[in-house]
Amino acid sequence: MRVYMDYAATTPVDPRVVRAMLPYFSKKYGNSMSLHSFGREAKRALEESRDAVAGLMNAEAEEVIFTGSATEANNFVLKGIAWANKDKGRRIVVSKVEHDCVLGAARWLEGQGFEVTYLPVDRYGLVDVGELEKAIRKDTILVSIMHANNEIGTIEPIEEIAKVCSSHGVMFHSDAAQTFGKIPVDVRKLGVDLLTVSAHKMYGPKGVAAVYIRKGVKIEPLLHGGGHEFGLRSSTVNVAGIVGFAEAARIAKREMSKDYRRISALSKRLVKGVLKIEKTRLNGHPTKRLMNISNFSFAFIEGESLVTELDFRGVAASTGSACSSESLEPSHVLLAIGLKPHEAHGSLRLSLGKWSKKQEVEYVLKVLPEVVERLRKISPYKGRW
Amino acid sequence: MVVVRLPYSKEIIRHFKHPKNLGKMKNPDAVGEAGNTVCGDVMRIYLKVKEKGDKKIVSDIKGEVFGCIVAISNTSLLTTMVKGKSLEEALKIEKDELIEKLGGRGKIPPFKLHCSVLALDALREAIYNYYKKNRIPLSESLVKEHERIQKTIKEIEKKHKEFINLEREVL
Repeated sequence: MRVYMDYAATTPVDPRVVRAMLPYFSKKYGNSMSLHSFGREAKRALEESRDAVAGLMNAEAEEVIFTGSATEANNFVLKGIAWANKDKGRRIVVSKVEHDCVLGAARWLEGQGFEVTYLPVDRYGLVDVGELEKAIRKDTILVSIMHANNEIGTIEPIEEIAKVCSSHGVMFHSDAAQTFGKIPVDVRKLGVDLLTVSAHKMYGPKGVAAVYIRKGVKIEPLLHGGGHEFGLRSSTVNVAGIVGFAEAARIAKREMSKDYRRISALSKRLVKGVLKIEKTRLNGHPTKRLMNISNFSFAFIEGESLVTELDFRGVAASTGSACSSESLEPSHVLLAIGLKPHEAHGSLRLSLGKWSKKQEVEYVLKVLPEVVERLRKISPYKGRW
Repeated sequence: MVVVRLPYSKEIIRHFKHPKNLGKMKNPDAVGEAGNTVCGDVMRIYLKVKEKGDKKIVSDIKGEVFGCIVAISNTSLLTTMVKGKSLEEALKIEKDELIEKLGGRGKIPPFKLHCSVLALDALREAIYNYYKKNRIPLSESLVKEHERIQKTIKEIEKKHKEFINLEREVL
């Protein structure tokens, strides 16, 4: 049996999405900037797609800028906002559990003379809104807090954070790569100024993402050139990919609430079963969580061995273990929620999605205890936990 | 389906899938521990030693590992190399020999080289402890190695203090 339980890493492309994309490779291949009929055909597909993606987040079409990845989108937001607003101030606030691309961009900005506050989180991974407010100074120009964490699934109090930011006149960005297309993401309701979304986490193709930029927000582009995407992201437009993203958004609009209910039930079954294994705990928030992501720590064993053993038995999962990264550093998210390095070492992320089946959950619940037991048997750690 | 292989040698995968001599040993004659402060891996080696003439032969060996694939496979491999050898011969096993037998430097990701030789540290510690217990003179190099390994273990214990409850059953 082959079981994919790594939907948080990437998802398969929905066959309906593939069908929607196909004409845009060899038949409708025009450049959206060309004036002729081929170009106009591509341009029209691009703008219809923009409508669909904007529609799913309740934004105006002109507020949606397509990019090549969520990493690009997050770099664009941090660097672009910093650059465009540096006369107002040079201070930025991010949480310690942001995705590496946000943290990486923030660190780069530090090197350019910006000051970054890395907000701690509680043991569930939640940002404290009071602490956030304290971190905002006169010269703070941007706050960036993710919607749901990609490793532990914890959902941050975005609406409250947005209110605080708006009352201080600070721009607020949220990385919603994990939530968009899975749970409702409404930019007006959330109150964000900027938002990052990604196609390949919601059954669309890789290499396409978008950023919502509220009308009136001042931002500098990362890429200069032909003036695509309202001058904010020059590059020949990936029309086929964007058409795929839009189709994924249309499908999500119709199906996501039903899917999410089903996946949540499966996930509950999974968590209950996994926690029956002795000396195991769930990382992240038990309820304020994007339910398809479940992260566990198993005492006395190491995650890379665990993931590889599972892989040998057909189960695809991931880990925040130091051994799985070239830096030999355990996951910054798991350390930020207070896990000791050895606990992060023994972590496992199982993430479900649209095509996860009950039999697959049952199979994992059969295999996982065996694998954990085998690795514990050969471990020198057997003490308390 | 085309399965893309893991970035490890056949030897590493074989020992990881079918490890030899791993688990706890009851009533060992000596135990050695070693670890790595960077990644947090920890190994333990248990020895049973029989005297044969003037030689001390490893009649049985077991290893325990908290670590990645490379750490597990190298401990398994080392136990197979040591079993039946004299302690003097076992001390002569070098890092490069172990790496070579695991498939060579080219087959181990560079950032994993450190854990591919940790088992050797644990073995040397076990032999050190055996010599010490049986009042056998210790070579200068073995003492130096012992000091280095102990320093690392202390650092790991400091880092993971609240968790580690290593059962030290050095007899």
